Amino acid sequence: MSVTDAGAVNATVRRPAAQTPFQRFVADYTESRLATIAFILLIATMVLALIAPWIVPQNPYDLAQVDIMDSRLKPGTPASSGKYTHWLGTDGAGRDLVSAMLYGLRISLAVGVMSGLIAMALGAAIGLVAAYVGGRTESLIMRIVDLQLSFPAILVALMLIAILGKGVDKIIIALVTVQWAYYARTVRGSALVESRKEYVEAARCLGLSNARILFGHILPNCLPPLIVVVTVQTAHAISLEATLSFLGVGLPQTEPSLGLLISNGFQYMLSGEYWISFFPGLVLLMTIVVINLVGDQLRDVLNPRLSK
Amino acid sequence: MTAYIIRRLMQSAAVVLAMSIIVFLGLHVVGDPIYLLIDPQADQAEIERTIRRLGLDQPIYIQYFNFIGNALTGNLGTSFVHGTSALKLIVDRMPATLEIAIAATLMSIFIGIPLGLYAGLKPDGFISKSIMATSILGFSLPTFWVGIMMIMVFAVMLGWLPSTGRGPTATFLGITSSLFTIDGLRHIAMPALNLALLKISLVIRLTRAGTREAIHQDYIKFARAKGISTSRIVGVHLLKNIMIPVVTVLGLEFGNLVAFSVVTETIFAWPGMGKLLIDSIQSLDRPVIVAYLIIIVLLFVIINLVVDILYSILDPRVRIGEKSA
Repeated sequence: MSVTDAGAVNATVRRPAAQTPFQRFVADYTESRLATIAFILLIATMVLALIAPWIVPQNPYDLAQVDIMDSRLKPGTPASSGKYTHWLGTDGAGRDLVSAMLYGLRISLAVGVMSGLIAMALGAAIGLVAAYVGGRTESLIMRIVDLQLSFPAILVALMLIAILGKGVDKIIIALVTVQWAYYARTVRGSALVESRKEYVEAARCLGLSNARILFGHILPNCLPPLIVVVTVQTAHAISLEATLSFLGVGLPQTEPSLGLLISNGFQYMLSGEYWISFFPGLVLLMTIVVINLVGDQLRDVLNPRLSK
Repeated sequence: MTAYIIRRLMQSAAVVLAMSIIVFLGLHVVGDPIYLLIDPQADQAEIERTIRRLGLDQPIYIQYFNFIGNALTGNLGTSFVHGTSALKLIVDRMPATLEIAIAATLMSIFIGIPLGLYAGLKPDGFISKSIMATSILGFSLPTFWVGIMMIMVFAVMLGWLPSTGRGPTATFLGITSSLFTIDGLRHIAMPALNLALLKISLVIRLTRAGTREAIHQDYIKFARAKGISTSRIVGVHLLKNIMIPVVTVLGLEFGNLVAFSVVTETIFAWPGMGKLLIDSIQSLDRPVIVAYLIIIVLLFVIINLVVDILYSILDPRVRIGEKSA
């Protein structure tokens, strides 16, 4: 028996069926039942948020469909129109809470995901350039990153909002400003490791342009840690946006996210009408926990040191 | 050592300078300074007079030097809403915020360390697992929602604690604080716990990790071999060694507490600087916002500086690392 045959036998023993990397990834991920449930819940949450306008009993921001006489109804009370039941009650303006929450979830997720993606694109590009250029540029960029990370996110966001004013675009600017540094630091770290590897040298010998080496060769190899940071930071962004909205310096009343719903319900809390704040808070909490669970599992699966 | 402190001081000064430029540019270039600094109810003649008085018709760099000069002499403008010095407003509110931040720090020490020790000493027990699971929740729960739920349970349903405001203050050893009256303590309990939740989780994890690591060290084995009681081993030998990272982290996190008190103060209507900032953003009271930003930046720079210097005294490797870098 030749050496190559032995190697082939070994390989078949280790991996009985030929797996694509994606199949292997799926198999590793679904090993944890909790993470699998979290992933299904996350997909369900996103789908619910996407199709919200077609499944909720009323459009909570269409004044023709909202009756102020229905305000602050207890969970389970039928609507005055008699067409449906307010399963989770109504808020101070008479909006059906289930409908308002799903609309709120839409806005919360949209703001969180959008700011997460913009911050990722910006941060990853800056981090890549820092790692590739090196020298003074790199240390200047990393000093700015360090400086920003030494201030808590909520403080930086409040500062920006104090200067820029309120509004959806301003909130996204604030969230991006708060987050880009995490991405830049992560990408720079892995890009530094990658850029010393042989395939980069080979690409350079082939005379490829810097941009192509950076974005075509180094960036794809920095993706695993980046994906983990994206999930965790998106959860942070959603939480931070909710906090800012709760403080009344976030999204305007015309675009109520979950945080604003909680804030609106807060004034009725002291008279015992708990549901207006409680249920939106529960949805917010579930969304954040689910994203974090998925992120944790992704970190374990994508970490080469932990792979078997 | 002296060289390190001087270098660190210069860095801090550079940070303050950079932040002052950012705040100044933010207010004078991104926003409209006339709108920012003049009462919106003023008429045209009044506006023209104020522009000249504030020097807004001068070149931008002269305006910046005026701004710095005013800031250095403590003149950060007059609040539109309160009609008094913006700086004085903030300084008056500062003790309430520091009080709640200190109370939260104490809570995270006295709740976090015992729980972390227990979880580290008996890692497989049911109670330890519950402690660790709860501490994960402490990280992911949004602070403001937990605060609301606390009000719902302890103030509305059970009626044990007051839901809002700061209790009466008393003076003890020259410090005026609501921590010295019973009613004051009742008022601070919920907000401080709310603010402390995140830090308690953090301290539990740090203490548990430290305990798990230290328990297998030789000095613990040796103390056991000498026949020292378990309570003395844990209370003296173990605790002393795991306290260093815990204290360092808590020091660094103090600034975080002050920043996060914005949220807690708003929920519990606590009359601190954070509540003032939110009120000022709502009512567009710009001079107070500027004053808050400047003070909080200074506070952060000072905290970071003190922690860094203390750390370099405790851990000489930091200084060596600085030199070779």
